[in-house]
Order: sequence, then C-alpha cells, then structure tokens
Amino acid sequence: MTSTETRTVPTTASGEGGRLGDSPLRPDGTLKVTGEFAYSSDLWHDDMVWGVTLRSPHPHARIRSIDVTDALRVPGVSAVLTAADVPGENAIGLEHLDTPALADGVVRYQGEPVALVAADHPETARRAAKRVVVDYEVLPAVTDPRRALDADAPLVHASREDNLVRAMKIRRGDPAPTAPVVVALDFEVGMQDQAFLGPESGLAVPDGEGGVDLYVATQWLHVDQTQVCRVLGLPPERVRLTLAGVGGAFGGREDLSMHVHACLLALHTGKPVKMSYARDESFFGHVHRHPAWLRYEFGASEEGELVYAKADILFDGGAYASSTGAVVGNGGTLGLGPYRIPSVHVDARGVYTNNPPCGAMRGFGCVQAAFAHEALMDELADRVGVDRVEIRARNGMREGDLNITGQVIDSAAPVAELIRTVRDLPLPPEPVGERDIRELPGGASNTTHGEGVVRGIGYAVTYKNVGFSEGFDDYSTARVRLEAVAGEPVATVHTAAAEVGQGLITIEQQICRTELGVDQVVVHPKDTSVGSGGSTSASRQTYVTGGAVKAACEAVRTSVLRRAAEALQRTGLRLDGDKIVAESGEVVAGLADVLDEPVEETVEWRHRPTFPIDPETGQGNAHVQYAFSAHRAVVDVDTELGLVKVVALDTAQDVGRALNPDAVVGQIQGGSAQGMGLALMEEIVVTDGHVKNPSFTDYLIPTILDMPPMQVKVLEYADPHAPYGVRGVGEPPTISSGPAVAAAVRAATGKALRRVPIRPEHITF
Amino acid sequence: MRIELTVNGTRREADDVWEGESLLYALRERLGLPGSKNACEQGECGSCTVYLDGTPVCSCLVAAGQAQGREVTTVEGLREGDELDPVQQAFVEKGAVQCGFCTPGFLMSTKDLLQRNPNPSDPEIREALAGNLCRCTGYEKILDAVRAAAAVTQR
Ligand code: FES
Ligand code: FES
Repeated sequence: MTSTETRTVPTTASGEGGRLGDSPLRPDGTLKVTGEFAYSSDLWHDDMVWGVTLRSPHPHARIRSIDVTDALRVPGVSAVLTAADVPGENAIGLEHLDTPALADGVVRYQGEPVALVAADHPETARRAAKRVVVDYEVLPAVTDPRRALDADAPLVHASREDNLVRAMKIRRGDPAPTAPVVVALDFEVGMQDQAFLGPESGLAVPDGEGGVDLYVATQWLHVDQTQVCRVLGLPPERVRLTLAGVGGAFGGREDLSMHVHACLLALHTGKPVKMSYARDESFFGHVHRHPAWLRYEFGASEEGELVYAKADILFDGGAYASSTGAVVGNGGTLGLGPYRIPSVHVDARGVYTNNPPCGAMRGFGCVQAAFAHEALMDELADRVGVDRVEIRARNGMREGDLNITGQVIDSAAPVAELIRTVRDLPLPPEPVGERDIRELPGGASNTTHGEGVVRGIGYAVTYKNVGFSEGFDDYSTARVRLEAVAGEPVATVHTAAAEVGQGLITIEQQICRTELGVDQVVVHPKDTSVGSGGSTSASRQTYVTGGAVKAACEAVRTSVLRRAAEALQRTGLRLDGDKIVAESGEVVAGLADVLDEPVEETVEWRHRPTFPIDPETGQGNAHVQYAFSAHRAVVDVDTELGLVKVVALDTAQDVGRALNPDAVVGQIQGGSAQGMGLALMEEIVVTDGHVKNPSFTDYLIPTILDMPPMQVKVLEYADPHAPYGVRGVGEPPTISSGPAVAAAVRAATGKALRRVPIRPEHITF
Repeated sequence: MRIELTVNGTRREADDVWEGESLLYALRERLGLPGSKNACEQGECGSCTVYLDGTPVCSCLVAAGQAQGREVTTVEGLREGDELDPVQQAFVEKGAVQCGFCTPGFLMSTKDLLQRNPNPSDPEIREALAGNLCRCTGYEKILDAVRAAAAVTQR
C-alpha cells in the first residue's frame, strides 16, 4: 500500500471549467467512487502501530491508582501511557481549558479517556488495555441538569464555585408586559448525535527530531494544532497537521478526539501511530447535541400579533464545556425564532453535569429552541383562530426589523415569503385504495394496510446566525498562486479550511476560475503550512473562506496586471477570461504569456465585526448574518402503534446567492434529514450518566426508506454585505425540518407531544 | 493463519491473519484495499459491502478465514481500466457523493440491484438500499443516481 504522503486529499487539477453559479462536479468525486480517496481511517504506514484508548466506566470517580505493568507485558505492546506521561499542559478545550487529554486523578463522565495503549495489532492493543488496572473510587454524580445548580449538587469541577458554564439574559421592551392572549408550554429535547459515518481516526508520524506530523479528519486544523501543541509542550512548527479525508462532521469534529493521543503515542514509541474508533467508541469519542429543557410563554393580541415572549432554556453541557458557552449564546439570542417581538425576557443557561459532554452540532443551539417556539406558534394560531402559516407570515421578521438583541436585520428576511412558498408547493396525493405497504408507517414490517393511519401537516420557520459571533475574530486565510504550465495558466488555491463533504473545494475552484479566467485550478492539500481558515462550522466557509479566496484572487489579478503593464508598457489593462486586454478591448497578451514567474498572494480576510452583547440586557450586534428557512412536513401516523411515516418534507430557503446550485440543494436535503431524525428517532439514551445505546443498532438515523421525497425551493436574495451575496446554507434546514415534522405528528394525532424525539408510546398513551 | 482468496480477479494471500479478523480488516489493512469502508463494523451501515462469490455481504461480519478460496469483489474492482462503471459515473454526476464515506457501499448495493432488476421502481430502490446508511445527502441525489444508472445500463 502507498504511504500517507501519497494518500491525502486530491491535488488533481480539474480541467472542467465551472464558474460561479454553475454546478461543476466535485474534484474528489472520481476518487470517492473508485475507493481511492484516502479517508483518515485509510491511512497506513510501513512500520506503524495501532493506538487504542482505555475509557472510564464511571460517570464520576476518583482515580486512586493506575497500574500498567500487566498491560506492558503483553507481547506486541510498545507503550502504555497515562496522564503522568503528558509532557505539556494536560488541558484542552474549545472555550475553557477544562478537559484533560488523559484523566488526571478524576473522571467526570463515562467514556473519558484514562490511558492509551500502542501495539502492533489493534486487537492486541485492545486486550492489553483491558489489563490496565485502574482503582476507582466512585463519587456521587450530578446527572440531572435541572438539579445541577442546586446548592447541594455535587461539583463536577471541584475548582469551580458551581456547575454553571454560562448564563445569558436578554431583556428588551416592557419589563412587565401583559397581553390579551397568553400561551405557554414546556418542551424537552433529547440528546442527538452527529453520527458522521467516517470514524474518528488518523495517523501521527514522528519526524525523528521530536516533532510530529498528524493526518486527521477535523473541522479546524489550526485550533487543533494549538491544543495539541499545548499538551505536547511543543511549538507549532513542530506539530504539523494535514487534513485527511473527512467522512462527515456536522459539529462532531470541532473538539479533539484521538489527535493528541496519537501524537503522544507516536512521540513515545518513535513509530507512526494509527488510531481509528469503532462505532461504539465513536459515541463516547465526540461531543453531542445538548439536550435541552425549555419553558416558553407568548403574549399576543387577539389578532395573534406577538406582544411579548419569555423563554427559559437549560442546556445540559455534560462534563466539559466544549462550546457550551456559544450554544447558550445562540439559544439566547436566536431562541425566540425569526419573529418581531416588542418585549422580551430570555434566560438561557448551560450547566456542567456528569453526562457525556455536549457541544457543536449542525444548528447549534437553535435546533432545540425551534421545537419550542414553533410548537407555541401553532398553539397561538389555534387560540386566536388564525391559520398556522399566516400567523408566521404576520409575525415574521422583515428586512429593517430589529431582532431581540436590538440588531437591525440589514439584508433580506423573507419569513412570510418562505412559509407561504412551502405552503403553496404541491402536496402529495391523498391516499386512495390499496396502498403499497412500503409507503405506510411500519413499512415492510407489514404492521398496517392503512387502518388506524391518519395524515397530518406541519409547518415551521427558523433563522440562524452565519459565522462566529459575539465579537469573535472570525477570519480565513487564502493563498492563490498563478503560473503557466505547458503554456496554460494554472491556479493553485491553498487554504486550511476543512472540506468535510460539503463541497468547499469545488467552490474554491469556481471562485478562482471566475476571478482569474483560468480553467485549471489545483486545490492544495489542506494543512497548517498556510494561515488558519477558521472552522468548518456555523455555515461559514463559503462566506468567509470564499471571501478570502476571492480577495486573494483579486490580489493576484492586480499583481499580474501590474506586471503586464510594466512588460508591455501599457496602461488601463484588465483581465478578460484568460486574455489581457487594453481599454479599447484589444487583446494584448494571453494570461500565460505574462506568467514567466509565478504570481502568489496570501490574504487574511474578515467579515464585518460582531460585538459582545450587554451582560445585563443582552442587547448588541452579536451576529454578522442571518439565514432563513421554512419547512412543511406531511406525515402518516399509525395511531394504534405510534409509528410515523414522513410522506413529504418540503422546504424553501433563502441562500443569498447559490454559487453551486446542486451543492446547495444537497446541503438542504441532507440537513433536512438530520432534523427529521431528531424529531422521530435519534436519541442517545443516558441513564444515571451511562450511555445505553452506543451503536447503530440502537441509535437510529434515517434510512432511505425513512426519507420522503423533498421539494426544495431556493430563493436568492443577495446579501449586499457578503462576498457574491452568499448566505450560509448548511444549518437552517436542520433547524426547521424537525419542528415541522413534530407539528405534523401533532396535527395527525391531536396529542401535545412536548418532547422529541417522539416515540411510539408518546403517541399511543 | 494464512488466507488465500481471489480479490477483484487477482489471486491474493495474507499471512499472520488473526482468527478474529474480519474480511473488511484483511482487505483494508492487509491487502491494500481500503475502498470498503468501516463506518460501524457491526453490520448496520452497509459501508463495507463487497461481493463474496457474487453475493453482497457486509465484509465486517465475515471472518477473513471464511473468504478462504473464494472470490471477493470490492469497490476497487468496479471499474474497467480507466472507465468508470455506469453506477460510479452516475453517483459522481448526480451529486450523490458528499463526504463519500457511504458511497462504496451504495455503489456495490446499487450495482447488485440493477443486475437483478434493471428497471427498479422508487420503492424497489428504497427497499434494496435500506441497509446502507448515508448521513450527508438525505438520499434524494442517491435516488437520482440510481435512476440515472438504471437508464444508462438499460440502453
Ligand atoms: S461497517 Fe460493515 S455494516 Fe457497517
Ligand atoms: S455522503 Fe457522507 S455519508 Fe453519504
């Protein structure tokens, strides 16, 4: 087999010239269908050994001692490491350095890494890990987040005063508002998993000089590098990261998994170390979507116009903070949905518990809130006798409105148009006569031929921030090189922005082709030899890294034209396709003719700044851009068995401008499926801090049989503040799809259903 | 132990295979064929699908020793020379590939379906591919690809 150096992401030049607005094929598509694309779990090195992780069986325990003697004696084992072997600072974390790379004296959740083993075969390593003797003293655990702030709750982190990660307040308008119509509800959202298919994995290769090269699947190479360096006690130039093929991410690769562990083992053994989690370990190896408890109240006029809204939102952050603070920020600032509300009172909190750590997942804090505000919007509509679509149109944000933090929505906010658009899409035909059982709830299990089956329709809208918020310095770096190869101009684009399947590399090529008039664009492997691209999250890469690539291309173009002007002694030159033309339109040279020397420019690009919100009032310009979407779900429910079949899941979304229309639709379809999954089936069941279903046998994600056909309507209201007018695309579909499905099940059953995922027993009892 | 088998038409052998190793592990780690994927290694996702004597199986559930003397076809064996199989071509062209981790398994299942049923209806496609999980696409473009591949193979 080839070594890692040749099995990394593709550097193939694509001659197929898709410009912005086209849908060219992905440059990695052929490699992915032939099996040649090297994912992080495919990496291989001649003399590599395998690393495995020993994890805590307890949600909370003190480690009295660890004895590795027996494990080290197993033939084939080359290293067994514990916290005592960490050379640098044993602390990682995205927002707080509260997470040990290896447990140091105490474990705070079931599955926390305690020791590492390297051996010549993964099974040898696993068996040796079982021989590590850890003497635990089990401690009382806090596993109900609603009790986590009680005075007598055990402290998850003894160094802290309480179990609070972050509390956010938003106060706006009348502090004691009243309204003729008041509706309220409590809602609960279960713990969802990203369930990306490519396991956490990678290869760490020691360089023989005390440094290491790490090939890994991640969402943000540079933030990983910083964290790995801290634990290894090494400067960044000695810890180089390259993005290996990523098998999906969805937020679950924002935090470190095996990164530090593989590097520790590699530096200790002097050998390349491969780690690859099995699926059960993956459920312990990354953070999940926060479960949430939400209490909402809307006050409205008799006509259903919102007068005030109150919300109390509690997120279970689990044992370590991860990105809980930012999730609380989103839940607070966006948690009332895309509506105009004069008076607002929101409290959002995230707490530590001894449950699995929770952090980023697609939709990030807005997903949980949307289930509550959309259920309550339906309740308000019914109470005042207004249609459920029209009540959303009536209260929906419009451009120029203020949101609940007092920020002006300064580009399109087509809430009314989106919800009416999905309403007007064709409905699936009403069921008549004998039906194919595969189209019924229960499907091929043959549980009904239509008896007891009731149809329901539900609607939901959402909005989501794009990019990092609350004053974060959110930038991306792009390096673009233009040179002549065999007489043809060829561009190379180099960013560290992670391609996780969404198609960023295709967009990077399209931007270069459009800006530089070239056909051939090579995508350089993503690595830390160029500046940070920021995170592949918050629907931000087309906007921010796209903006950086655009700016780098512009800088290259300027340099090329300056060079041409000097060489040709002409002024007023411009680039037209791959020709250099004078003001008159006369072609004075081909682009390749002036590229005797390559031109290369590197640009760091930032979007408009955001600002922290006021700690007392929650007011401020926290976000840079908002993205809006709406869904309509049609479901058939077997009311006797509680089984649900989603018959249609249709959506409309404003994407600003679709740079690659096919990829945009693909994002919307995939995102919609994940939201539907949370509404109906996806939950990590945690009992007393123990995960009960860490497998695809027991944690269900939608299959092709579960998914209905989806009509996707894309609106393009360009955002004048964003490069090319783009608006982030990836997350909104995951937010509005689930609440629409839940609403449809409520409509079919007449049940309140104040919890997701909705299980059969919630429908039948 | 030593195993001998035919993979993608070529006689292969592997030494020092531990009895507990899956065919998937042997293919990926011993025979240099990592195209078959390891998304669950518990028979739930279909990403490891290969043909064993022409029949699709989850290679994570087959012991390497069970493949002794038998014929295995993996995703690496789908194309002829430089020419992509029509199923591969359709997946690329229809945008059915995002992260692509599920793709090898879908390709193997789709090709098997089209061999048995060259003109499948949508419910038949859904039923045939129900054992393959995809987390990225929501399956719509996978359906598009299967329909397109069926149209091409029928020509
Ligand atoms: S890896 Fe074999 S079925 Fe998932
Ligand atoms: S394309 Fe990512 S799992 Fe299917």
